Amino acid sequence: MSGVRVLVGTRKGAFILTSDGKREKWDVSGPHFAGWEIYHVAGSPAAPDRLYASQSSGWFGQVLQRSDDGGKSWEPVGNQFVYDGVPGTHQWYDGTQRPWEFARVWHLEPSPNDPDSVLAGVQDAALFSSNDGGRNWQELSGLRNHDTGPSWQPGAGGLCLHTILLDPVDPERMFVAISAAGVLRTDDGGKSWKRINRGLKSGELPDPDADVGHCVHKLAMHPSRPQTLFMQKHWDVMRTDDAGDNWYEISGDLPTDFGFTIDVHAHEPETVYVIPIKSDSEHYVHEGKMRVYRSRTGGNEWEPLTKGLPQENCYVDVLRDAMAVDSLDSCGIYFGTTGGQVYASADAGDTWAPIVRDLPPVLSVEVQTLP
Amino acid sequence: MRVVLPAHLRNLARVHGEVKVDVDGAVTQRSVLDALEGDFPMLVGTIRDGVTKKRRAFVRFFACEEDLSHESPDAALPERVASGAEPFLVIGAMAGG
Repeated sequence: MSGVRVLVGTRKGAFILTSDGKREKWDVSGPHFAGWEIYHVAGSPAAPDRLYASQSSGWFGQVLQRSDDGGKSWEPVGNQFVYDGVPGTHQWYDGTQRPWEFARVWHLEPSPNDPDSVLAGVQDAALFSSNDGGRNWQELSGLRNHDTGPSWQPGAGGLCLHTILLDPVDPERMFVAISAAGVLRTDDGGKSWKRINRGLKSGELPDPDADVGHCVHKLAMHPSRPQTLFMQKHWDVMRTDDAGDNWYEISGDLPTDFGFTIDVHAHEPETVYVIPIKSDSEHYVHEGKMRVYRSRTGGNEWEPLTKGLPQENCYVDVLRDAMAVDSLDSCGIYFGTTGGQVYASADAGDTWAPIVRDLPPVLSVEVQTLP
Repeated sequence: MRVVLPAHLRNLARVHGEVKVDVDGAVTQRSVLDALEGDFPMLVGTIRDGVTKKRRAFVRFFACEEDLSHESPDAALPERVASGAEPFLVIGAMAGG
């Protein structure tokens, strides 16, 4: 019987939650790497028991862990992320130039075909690649050397490359999102990059529709439509149907269009999920109610999903990498909160139940659908 | 040579209690850490930068009731450390509220 494995990164360790296809009873394993910040745990689509975990600490830096048995055991692999050549500078919060300095891995994106190939999005924003299972890392420096690189500036969380989307049809194409630079696309496997921010408007910028500087929080894509991307920006939920060349707003009737995370139903490319957050100065859900909003029309028309979620006195956040979907026949939706709850819906969001309630603050949630 | 690691690094290196390392030649911070990282390669980059070998900002080195963090990495460690009478302590700096 098929099942799911939910990979949860938290401020104080990783947790692995497993269930069968019914998704009613869950086994909880962890904390793995107790006491360390786990920004992301991701599984290889080509070999599901191959997992990668980004483990970091303000004291002891970055560690990259790898498992070949679905998270039962782990092995530290390579943690040397060295920028290619002379790193140069980027813009700091105060407008001065500051040297690029590696801080941590925010996001891991394993290859769909090769368990040993994986990409890492890091802070300060750059893209690294490993082709030996995470032992050695090389920067794809065409991105950071983009002519706008010196103008990239950190968002509140740091200058982080947090989203990597691989085009399932064109292996040379991928998208990355950087806070607070915006979105860039490569069509030649990472050698060169094009900024694709036309249509974005950010009131926080002196030029609201500037080509660079937008605080993009997360991108999502349905694999059957790689030309269509959905975006949760700092404020605004956005959409493109031409691979990022032009964006338009789909916030529609959301109660607030600030938020961090966004995802797409596994089988319905026009069904999109967001979790609105009150504002950029109040990072918790709106009106004290945990509500996932679903659009079945590709945006603009949104319905609140509340059944099984707290509807009073709820003041938690859901971070950018903390929502994921499985690909079982009845699509499962999962998200984790800064209050340590991980919620699951086995019916595309109609009803919800917590898998666990009292983990450390959740940084990331990924889901593997197992055969 | 005896080295005491903080709990997180003991877990990472999968050791319990003190670590014993063999140092050839002069016993300095650099030679001790070189030997430690040789025995436990997963610690590379966690105590000092993997490339520059500069001590990480929130890591301190204590021995014989002295803070040696700001000593030259090539300065000789106290004789009691070199002889094994006292351990070389790698400490995660106090932080928090």
